Amino acid sequence: MINAVGRDIPDELLKDGKEVYQGKYHMDGKPFKKAGPVTIRHEKPQESKVVASIREACEQCGAHDGMTVSFHHAFRNGDYVTSMVMKVLIEDMGLKDLTVATTSLGSAQDLLADYIEQGKIIGIQSSGVRGRIGEVISAGKLKTPAIIRSHGGRPRAIETGELHIDISFIAASTSDDYGNAKGTGGKHNCGAMGYAVADSHYADHVVVVTDTLVPFPNMPSPISSIDVDAVVVVDAIGDPTKIGTKEARITQDPRNLMMAENCAKVIASTPYFKDGFSFQTGVGGPSLAVNRFLEEYMVEQNIKMGFALGGMGGNICDLMDKGLVGKLLDTQDFDMKAIKHLEEHPDKHLEISTSEYASAANKGAYVNKLDFVVLAALEIDTDFNVNVLTGSDGVLRGAPGGHPDTAEGSKCCIIVTPLVRGRMATVCKKVVTVTTPGDCVDVLVTDYGIAVNPRRQDLIECLDKAGIEHTTIEALQQKAYSLVGTPDDLEWEDKVIAVLEARDGTILDVIRKIKPLQL
Amino acid sequence: MIPRPRPERFRLRRTMMFMNAQKPGLIKDAYIYGVDSIMLDLEDAVAENQKDAARFSLYHALKTIDYGDTEVIVRINGLDTPHWQEDIRVSVAGGADGVRIPTCESAEDVKKVEEHVLAAEKEFGVEEGRTLIMAALESPKGVLNAYEIASASDRLFGIALSAGDFHRSMHTHYVPGGIELNTARNLIVMSARAAGVQCFDTVFTNLDDEEGFENEVRMIHDMGFDGKSLINPRQIAFVHQTLAPTPKEIATAETYVRTYEEQSKLGVGVYTVNGKMVDIAFIKDASRVIALAKACGVYHGDL
Amino acid sequence: MEIQKAAIAGTLESSDAQVTVMPGTNGIELTLESSVMNQYGRQIKATVLSVLSGLGVKDARVKVVDKGALDCTLKARVECAVFRSNDMSAKNIPWGGVIK
Repeated sequence: MINAVGRDIPDELLKDGKEVYQGKYHMDGKPFKKAGPVTIRHEKPQESKVVASIREACEQCGAHDGMTVSFHHAFRNGDYVTSMVMKVLIEDMGLKDLTVATTSLGSAQDLLADYIEQGKIIGIQSSGVRGRIGEVISAGKLKTPAIIRSHGGRPRAIETGELHIDISFIAASTSDDYGNAKGTGGKHNCGAMGYAVADSHYADHVVVVTDTLVPFPNMPSPISSIDVDAVVVVDAIGDPTKIGTKEARITQDPRNLMMAENCAKVIASTPYFKDGFSFQTGVGGPSLAVNRFLEEYMVEQNIKMGFALGGMGGNICDLMDKGLVGKLLDTQDFDMKAIKHLEEHPDKHLEISTSEYASAANKGAYVNKLDFVVLAALEIDTDFNVNVLTGSDGVLRGAPGGHPDTAEGSKCCIIVTPLVRGRMATVCKKVVTVTTPGDCVDVLVTDYGIAVNPRRQDLIECLDKAGIEHTTIEALQQKAYSLVGTPDDLEWEDKVIAVLEARDGTILDVIRKIKPLQL
Repeated sequence: MIPRPRPERFRLRRTMMFMNAQKPGLIKDAYIYGVDSIMLDLEDAVAENQKDAARFSLYHALKTIDYGDTEVIVRINGLDTPHWQEDIRVSVAGGADGVRIPTCESAEDVKKVEEHVLAAEKEFGVEEGRTLIMAALESPKGVLNAYEIASASDRLFGIALSAGDFHRSMHTHYVPGGIELNTARNLIVMSARAAGVQCFDTVFTNLDDEEGFENEVRMIHDMGFDGKSLINPRQIAFVHQTLAPTPKEIATAETYVRTYEEQSKLGVGVYTVNGKMVDIAFIKDASRVIALAKACGVYHGDL
Repeated sequence: MEIQKAAIAGTLESSDAQVTVMPGTNGIELTLESSVMNQYGRQIKATVLSVLSGLGVKDARVKVVDKGALDCTLKARVECAVFRSNDMSAKNIPWGGVIK
């Protein structure tokens, strides 16, 4: 069936009430009963929940073939726990047919690619799929199609019961012996643990994995001991220095700076740019650099930001320290500076769960209160549909993350991207995969010009009034093709290797197996 | 093939940005930053054993890429190398707007290049006289011969200071404030004005020293330079901003031009505006300011 | 032109292509690797073959490792490699003639 963004969704995926994407706000107002875990009573006092090993914890929680386990990715490229636990489950305990439901996957979990190839892991549910895991899934080696969800889509799926987790393994920088756990105060800190909160509430079993055991009570903490079955102490849970990739630093690249400056100009031209405005940026080079130029407008016009939302980097913390930001609502930290800032400013740098952040299945996530979000794109097409998941070679190498959630929730969603990357046209006729529907995207800023979504005549007027030149997205796409040539269409096999859910749970797109080009 | 309009000998050249002609990722769209002139470099940026490859790249870039209104100049290799003649051939054949002679020391150097440019125009069927020339002064001898160089050719639109080699041959180095280049800069501006051509200041290489860069731009503007060579697009905006006439300068120029028109109708040649005596000499400069303001896109009046 | 000896032009940097030509006896034997294979593989092949044919190269083993080069870069690299293989790349290039 063809969905609202023109993608053909195979009928066999449309069972158990699964629908195709039907436009934004389609599920709005729909009542549902939340799913609940099968939990257990601990009435008799127990001194401690600390067990000797990961294996003991797994056995205590009834680990079995065919189960679903979950992890969070607050350590990003520095995560040790996912691979550590999967190794125990598969190599030590000999379990099989496992589904891994994690908040994102990257090169730190490359080991899982082996388990996929061996057929031990048969399901992947994640936001991001990068590195070797992306390659093996794209090569059709995972037994069932991977399910890709946004950061808000994941807690939605957990709350509605579409994703049921048997055991959640939560890496925590500190924990007490009862399982009150957080991302600060330990040997290896990851900062905010917003990704893990829904898992802790909804998984049947919860195991906290830490390398720093602290005296009870380790509070306040995002993970509460009332949800925790067992605590395991290991040597190291992760390497926080690998959280921040080079992307999290403000760029010196003149192209990115030029785009960032134009983006700030667009923001300042809208009526939403007033005292108390709210704001989020992605971590891509140009989006992050917008902070720097926005600061100039804020100081000049004496405007302060009410709150910043989402993942935090050092530069937004700096902005708060200069008195320009009221509150930081933090789901994850991108660098050591932000982690430290979270720990030192409990009054105004606040940790939130991804359900609070972005779920479309609660009574109002904070993305709905966003004025601006500035995001990157691998591709954007002339309908303003954005792809942040698949490379132009059709291979999984990205993540929707909070992209579709913030785009839909915010009043003004700005995509900042160069027109071409090497020979790839970023602005194209049809994106490989729709991860964010075009009706949620308002403005495109490229190094060759700015285009406003024609659905937003109000913003077009703002830009005209401010004397900001803009063109059409078709003109930008034609310019891109004139530089790099018109790309050939990718050729696909029938096999679906991944299903991409919209944030409301409908099917937005599918990714099929790419057919290699034979010359 | 992208047809380029006939180059203008005198046009706005506030900024000239160097780009390595050998780097495909750089030369493909250097114009997007709004620089006045791009300097595609076959000289220092290109390794000795890649000069040939750089020319092939340059030729196809010139033929394929639409640089729009941005002027495209090629910096050829020095006249003491085996490369410069082929550099001229490829530049002319590709349709570059002009060539820059490095380490130019005499009028004879300019004439030598001019001769080869003309030969290349004939060889490749390019309109004779189309290709412009500029000369970089990089040695004490070049600077001392600035006037004869600046007046050596009808194709020559300007002379530029290039401080790297100049520093070395003068046994000095970069000094904040530029005392070591004082005489060279003054001689170059004066020679250019005497010869009726443009003049351009040298590059500022420390990208992290924004204050030093800005001071230098303000200084060379005050000295009368028409523009500055740049190494990074980040430097463009400040130069354009600094070299544009201020609203006050524009308003004054407008007043002079308007009052002069009225007064001369009444047969008055000298009169006063706000206590200042004004005559025809002021009007010439006022017209220049308004023309520059127009070219910089900061003039919104009706003169 | 004939391929007299092995020659190489270009780099493996992003937006560039590295082209190697070697003498051959069996027509044009092209091996192509590209970071944009799925979308531009056919066009890259066509460009390379057309440049070689324009230069009159009939027999050669040609290896192209493409890192997302634009067509103009690709042409420049192939031409340079062929001219280098004849020790003719330094001067008197027929700009606008066979190089176009």
